[in-house]
Amino acid sequence: MATEFLASNISLSLAAGLAVAMAAGALGVFMVLKNMSLVSDALSHVALPGIALGILLGINPFFGAFTFLFAAVFFILAIEKRTSLPIDAIVGVLFTASLAAGILLTPEPELLEALFGDLTSITPLGAALTILLSLGVVLAAILISRPLMFTIVAPDLGHVAKLRTKSSYLLFLIMLALVVALGVKFVGTILMGTLTIIPAAAAKNVAKTFYQFMAASILFAALSVVLGMVAVYYAGILAGPAVILAGVAIFLSTLVFKRS
Amino acid sequence: MNQNPILRVEDLSVTIEREKILENISFTVMPGDVVALIGPNGAGKTVLLRSLLGLMPYRGGVHWSPDAIIGYVPQRYNIGKSVPLTVREFFLLHERKFIFAGLGADKKIMESLALVNMPAGVLGERLGNLSGGELQRVLIAWALYDKPNILLFDEPTAGVDVSGEETIYNLLHSLQDRFGITIILVSHELNVVFRYATQVLCLNKTLVCSGEPETVLTPEKLASLYGEPTHYHHMHNIKEVASGLNKAG
Repeated sequence: MATEFLASNISLSLAAGLAVAMAAGALGVFMVLKNMSLVSDALSHVALPGIALGILLGINPFFGAFTFLFAAVFFILAIEKRTSLPIDAIVGVLFTASLAAGILLTPEPELLEALFGDLTSITPLGAALTILLSLGVVLAAILISRPLMFTIVAPDLGHVAKLRTKSSYLLFLIMLALVVALGVKFVGTILMGTLTIIPAAAAKNVAKTFYQFMAASILFAALSVVLGMVAVYYAGILAGPAVILAGVAIFLSTLVFKRS
Repeated sequence: MNQNPILRVEDLSVTIEREKILENISFTVMPGDVVALIGPNGAGKTVLLRSLLGLMPYRGGVHWSPDAIIGYVPQRYNIGKSVPLTVREFFLLHERKFIFAGLGADKKIMESLALVNMPAGVLGERLGNLSGGELQRVLIAWALYDKPNILLFDEPTAGVDVSGEETIYNLLHSLQDRFGITIILVSHELNVVFRYATQVLCLNKTLVCSGEPETVLTPEKLASLYGEPTHYHHMHNIKEVASGLNKAG
């Protein structure tokens, strides 16, 4: 039954999944460069209580997820200012706590979907919006890559060059919240953060230039979705884990080509 | 001399977490000056430079001439070996279109690299793979990319070996000769200051002394700036330089 439904909507679901993965791949470049892999991973867990509240209040869970992620982004900004605190530990503890709270809050029938995603449940309108927003994020990520790279590799020099590095970083985090909120529909709250990291980590293994890094990260993210969906279609397994495992397979194969 | 100053600093004070780092610093820099900031560790040299650039909060006035184009070479610059960013892309950060910049940008990069005697072959290298000396040259070339008329230079020799150090100063000197660039540099090398600077600012929270090297770099003033133990070491350097200059002359 599920397979039939998937087959009829395969192009729409696939296109939306591809678009959101590409957006995650584009943002992942900066997450990996900033050594924020863990932050991104834990960040996606914050979506769960948001989804739960959305379901309980009878509104679209996307808005609940986005609201919680948006708040989490400002939380990250606030603790980044106080560099004396161990960010990893705080983010790890608080964001995982929100996952635990979310699991308790989410009504049981919806829990599996919230945790691992279900791309068969997406509506045509939802898919169209996801594609539009995701491609917008890819474009915006490329457009603000200059100030973002300044904040990462040479913040002082960026300041001297009179760039608005702070606002571009804020925009980046908001886009991250948006993409994670869109992506939880496909791969779930547990695995969505990983989707921003794995393609970028794989791309970093093979890229010599920033241009290659960005291109390869977007490409690998798209490839993860295609390979994952092939596995869903033929083996009837859950899409979220399938996509993530496809990404892991790509990552492992790039290790062969890793530049020293 | 009816020239306007390129930089005027009035009563600049910096306080970090209630500790006074700099107090009531005032000085003027004219176009073509080579200003050396000297002083013991923790005297606030880097803080002063960063305040001039607006990189940290301060009280007082920092007035740049409207036509000042500032180039900045930081004291420390670290980039991970694994960061996929080539020297070319690092330069392209200057361009609005960044990695999509046209061929004109490449020509400008080559020109900047030529100024610091770096081969064009370095363009495709990852920035993180450069040696300390190469990285410093690339940073200078990077600062020169937009043709600045004032260069702020924080301890040019940090992390560079002695022969490399010599050439960095020769390089600065030739830039000054060729383009008349105004230079403000932080330096621990009193012999270099003695040789190249037109104006010396001795810093130890306050401006202890200022003026031409010959008048400022006296044993008494250096002793009050650095304290006794280092005094002998530095004077040894000065004497060496002085005798070297005599021989050369």
